[in-house]
Amino acid sequence: MATDAIKFFFDRHNLTNGDIDKLLAAALARGGDYADLYFEYRVANTVNIEEQIVKQAARSIAQGVGVRVVIGDKTGYAYTDEISFDAIRHAAEMASHIARSGGSRELSGVDATPNTLNLYPVASPVSSVELSRKIELIKQGDKAAREFDPRIREVQSSVNDELKYVMIASSDGRLVGDVQPLARFGISCIADDDGNLQVGRAGGGGRIGIDFFEGDMAPEQFGREAARQAIIQLEAVATPAGTMEVVLGPGWPGILLHEAVGHGLESDFNRRKTSAFCGLIGQPVASELCTIVDDGTIPDRRGSLNIDDEGAPTTRTVLIENGVLRAYMSDYLNAGLMKSPRTGNGRRQSYKHMPLPRMTNTFMLAGQDSKEDIIRSVKRGLYAVQFGGGQVDITSGEFAFSASEAYLIEDGKVTVPVKGATLRGNGPEALKHVTAVGNDLELDPGVGVCGKAGQNVPVGVGIPTIKISEMTVGGTQS
Amino acid sequence: MRPTLNKEFASSVAERAVKTGASAAEVIIRQWTEFSVGVRLGEIETLQESTDQGLGLRVLIDGRQASVSGSDFSPDAVRSLIDDAVELARLTSPDDTAGLPDPQELATTFPDLDLWDEAIINLSPEDQIEMALRTERAAQEYSNLVSNFDGGGLDSSHGSLILANSLGFAGEFRTTSCSVASVPVAAEDGKMQRDYWYDVRRKLSQMDSPEEIGATAARRTIRKLGSRSVPTQAVPVVLEPNIARDLLGDIFNAASGESIFRKASFLVGQLGERIASERLTVVDDGLIPRGLGSRPFDGEGLPTRRTVVIRNGVLENYLMNSYTARKLGLKSTGNAGRGLSGPPGVEAGNLYIEAGPHTPEEIIRSVSKGLLITELLGFGVNIVTGDYSRSAGGIWIENGELTFPVQGVTIAGNLKEMLNSIEMIGNDLDFRGSVISPTLLIGRMTIGA
Repeated sequence: MATDAIKFFFDRHNLTNGDIDKLLAAALARGGDYADLYFEYRVANTVNIEEQIVKQAARSIAQGVGVRVVIGDKTGYAYTDEISFDAIRHAAEMASHIARSGGSRELSGVDATPNTLNLYPVASPVSSVELSRKIELIKQGDKAAREFDPRIREVQSSVNDELKYVMIASSDGRLVGDVQPLARFGISCIADDDGNLQVGRAGGGGRIGIDFFEGDMAPEQFGREAARQAIIQLEAVATPAGTMEVVLGPGWPGILLHEAVGHGLESDFNRRKTSAFCGLIGQPVASELCTIVDDGTIPDRRGSLNIDDEGAPTTRTVLIENGVLRAYMSDYLNAGLMKSPRTGNGRRQSYKHMPLPRMTNTFMLAGQDSKEDIIRSVKRGLYAVQFGGGQVDITSGEFAFSASEAYLIEDGKVTVPVKGATLRGNGPEALKHVTAVGNDLELDPGVGVCGKAGQNVPVGVGIPTIKISEMTVGGTQS
Repeated sequence: MRPTLNKEFASSVAERAVKTGASAAEVIIRQWTEFSVGVRLGEIETLQESTDQGLGLRVLIDGRQASVSGSDFSPDAVRSLIDDAVELARLTSPDDTAGLPDPQELATTFPDLDLWDEAIINLSPEDQIEMALRTERAAQEYSNLVSNFDGGGLDSSHGSLILANSLGFAGEFRTTSCSVASVPVAAEDGKMQRDYWYDVRRKLSQMDSPEEIGATAARRTIRKLGSRSVPTQAVPVVLEPNIARDLLGDIFNAASGESIFRKASFLVGQLGERIASERLTVVDDGLIPRGLGSRPFDGEGLPTRRTVVIRNGVLENYLMNSYTARKLGLKSTGNAGRGLSGPPGVEAGNLYIEAGPHTPEEIIRSVSKGLLITELLGFGVNIVTGDYSRSAGGIWIENGELTFPVQGVTIAGNLKEMLNSIEMIGNDLDFRGSVISPTLLIGRMTIGA
C-alpha cells in the first residue's frame, strides 16, 4: 500500500525522489530542525435518503500538499491545492519563514519505505462501489426503521465514504504512503406518539469494504436500532439530578475515556503544562481496575492507521495500567521536546492542517465482573447505554458527555427509561471511582469523530460495562 | 492553466452543465487567503499562510439532485466534475420540491454592506505577530496568577464568493475578517484553570485593542480560581452574553426550516403562537453593515433581509431556504447557506436577541440566590423535545452579589420553559460574532451536583 500511494503521486504529478529532496531543502533553506511534506488526494462521497426519496448524491475531490518546518517548539506551515513542483516550492518558502537564521544543511535524501502494518486490506472500498449499491443500503435501512413500529417517521439514512491517498516525506529521509478507505452508514428517525416526539440514531462503519454491510452490520440492523431507541424514549421519565452510582454499558459509552482521560493525555497539553494530568506519570489517576490503551493498530477500525499523518507507524500505547498513569500520546514535535517515545499519534484533518497529537482507538481492557452482577450491586443509580457527544476542559479536567439512552436502576434492577442527560466529572478524579469492570469489552460500531483545534478526525472508543460509584447526573428531578 | 475565476467563468460552468444534460445548475466559487500566527509565552509558536480555491456544482435533472466539488480548475478537471454531477444526478430520485429558486425571487441589486477593509489587507506579518504578542503580554501583566497559556494568536483572512446559476443569476462579494484571541492558564493551590477572550470583526478599526482582549482573558481566567461545587437545587440563572448566544444558537436550530419540515423541533406548529417570555425578540438581519453574518445575497442568490423570528415572545417566522420554504408552503426568508459541497442548508445572517433595558449589574443584583453562568460543556440539548442538560461553571450569586466561583455542576431544564422564564434582558448587546445575545436572566433551572 505504501508503494501504491507513492507511485500514485509520483506518476500523477511527474515527481521524483530528487524533486522531493529539493522541496525539503527549500523548506529548510532558512534553517530549521525538521521539515515534512504531506501529499493528499481524497475522494469523498455521500448519498442520502429522506421521505423515501434519494434526495441527493454528492462527491468532493480534495487534493493538496502541506509543508511544515519545525524549529525547536515553533512550526511554520503552508499548503497548496495545486500539486506541482513550483506550487509546492512556493509553499515551502512560505513555511520556511518561521526560521529566521541559519543556512541550509545537507539532507540525506528520501528513500521509500514499505509500511509494516496492513490494517485495512479492503478488496472493494465503498468508494469504488457503484452508487446504485449504496442506494440499496440506505433503502434497506430506511425500510427496516419504518417497519419497526408505525410510530416511526422522518427517517433519514446515508452512506458516507472516502478513499484517501497520502504520501509523507520528511527531512530525516522518510518517504512513506498509504491508501486509506473509510465508510460509515448512519440512520436517524423520529418516533411520533400523538405529538410526543423522540429521536433515535444508529450507524456503523470503519476502514472497511462494502462486504462489511452484509451480515451483522447490515443496514436493517442499524435501522431497527435507531427505531428502537426512539420508541424507548417515548416512555422516558425525568432524570434525577445530582451525584449517584452510574453503570455504563459496553461499547460507545467508552466516550467517557475519550473525554475524561484521553484528551488530557495528549502530549501537546502536557508539554505546555496546561493539562490536569501534567506531571502525573507514575501516579494513580484511576482505580486499580482500570487499564486504558490507545491502539491505532486494530484491523478495520475507524480510528486505525497503518501510518499516522506524519508517516510514523501507529502503535498500541498503554496510557493507564492498573490505575497508574504510564504514558502520553505523542506526535513528532512533542515527543522530541519531551524526550518521550513517538507513539504514532500525529494526526491531521487534511493537508490544510498541521499535525497534532490525537487519539486513535481508545478503550479500557475487560475486567472480571459480569454485567448482571454489576447492575445487581446498585441500590439506586443510572444505567446509561447510548451517548451523544462529549467535551472536556483539559486544564481544569472538567468533562461532560450526554447520555441519549439511560434507565434507572432501583434495588439492583433496571427499571424505567429516563430522558437524555449530561454526565459530568473531573478527569484525574472520575476514574478513581470505578468500582467494577465487566468482562464484556466492546468497541463502538465505528461512527466517532473527534474535534480538536478546529480539526476533525475519525476515532474509535470502547469499554466494558463499568460501575462508577459517584458521578454527577444532569437531570431535572432534584 | 487555471481560468480567471470570475462571475463569467461561474456562469459558463453552469451553462456547460445544462448542455451536458442538467435541467438546472448552480455554481459556487470560493477564493480565500489566510494568515495566522499562534503565540505562546512571548514567542511565535505557529505561523501559517494559505490560499484556497474551490468550486462547487449542484445540478438537477427534473428534480433529481447531485452535487460535486473540487479545487482543481484545469479544463479536464472541471469537465470531469460536470460529467460526474450529471451522472450522479441520474441515479437519485425525483424530488418535486428540489430545484433552483423561483427566478423572480433572485437578487437583482446588490447592496454594499461594507464588508471589506483595506486596513486588514495591509497588515504586515510583523504587525499581526506584534498584535498577537501584545494581547498575550496584556494577559500576563494583568496578574501574576497568569502563569501559562494554552494558546492565543491572530487570524486574518480575505476572500470572495461567486455564485451563478442557469437562470442567469451571477453575483460576487468579498469580505475581510480579523480575529484575536488569548487562552490564559492560571494556577492556585495546585489547581489550574483556563478561560479565553477574543474579538472578531470585519474591520480592524472596530476591534478591541489587544490590551483590552488580553486583560479580559486574564480576568475571566483568574476569577475561576478556587472554584467549588454547590448543592443540588433549583435557582435562577444569569447567562453571560457569550453563554446566552449558545441558547440563541439552539433557538436558531429549532426555528430553522430544516428542523421544522422534518418535524424535528419543539417549535413545529407554533407559528403565531406565544413560545417565549414577551420580553424576548429575536431578529435575523443579513444586511447589517460590517456584520460578520452579512452578505448581499444568500446561498441560492436570493436577497438577504431582516426577519423577525420571535417578536415579544410570539414566533413570527421560521428561517428558510427555497427547499424548506416549499416544503412548508411558505416563502424563503433568504437564509440559504451553501458550502462547496452538498445542497443548500439554512444559515442565519446576523442573528441577535434585542437588547433590553437592564445593565448586567442590575440583573445580578436582582437575584437573591442563583448562578451566573460563564461556561458550558457538553452537547445535551435536544431540539426535538427541548430537553436541556449540560455541565456548567460560573459564579455563585448571593443577595445580589457575586460571591465564589462554581465548577463541577450540571444545569438542566427544557428549552420551552427556559424561553418562557426569561425574566430580564441586558442592554449589553455587542456584535462580537454573527450570533449574539445580551445578558439573560432565566427564572429557574435545576443545578445538579
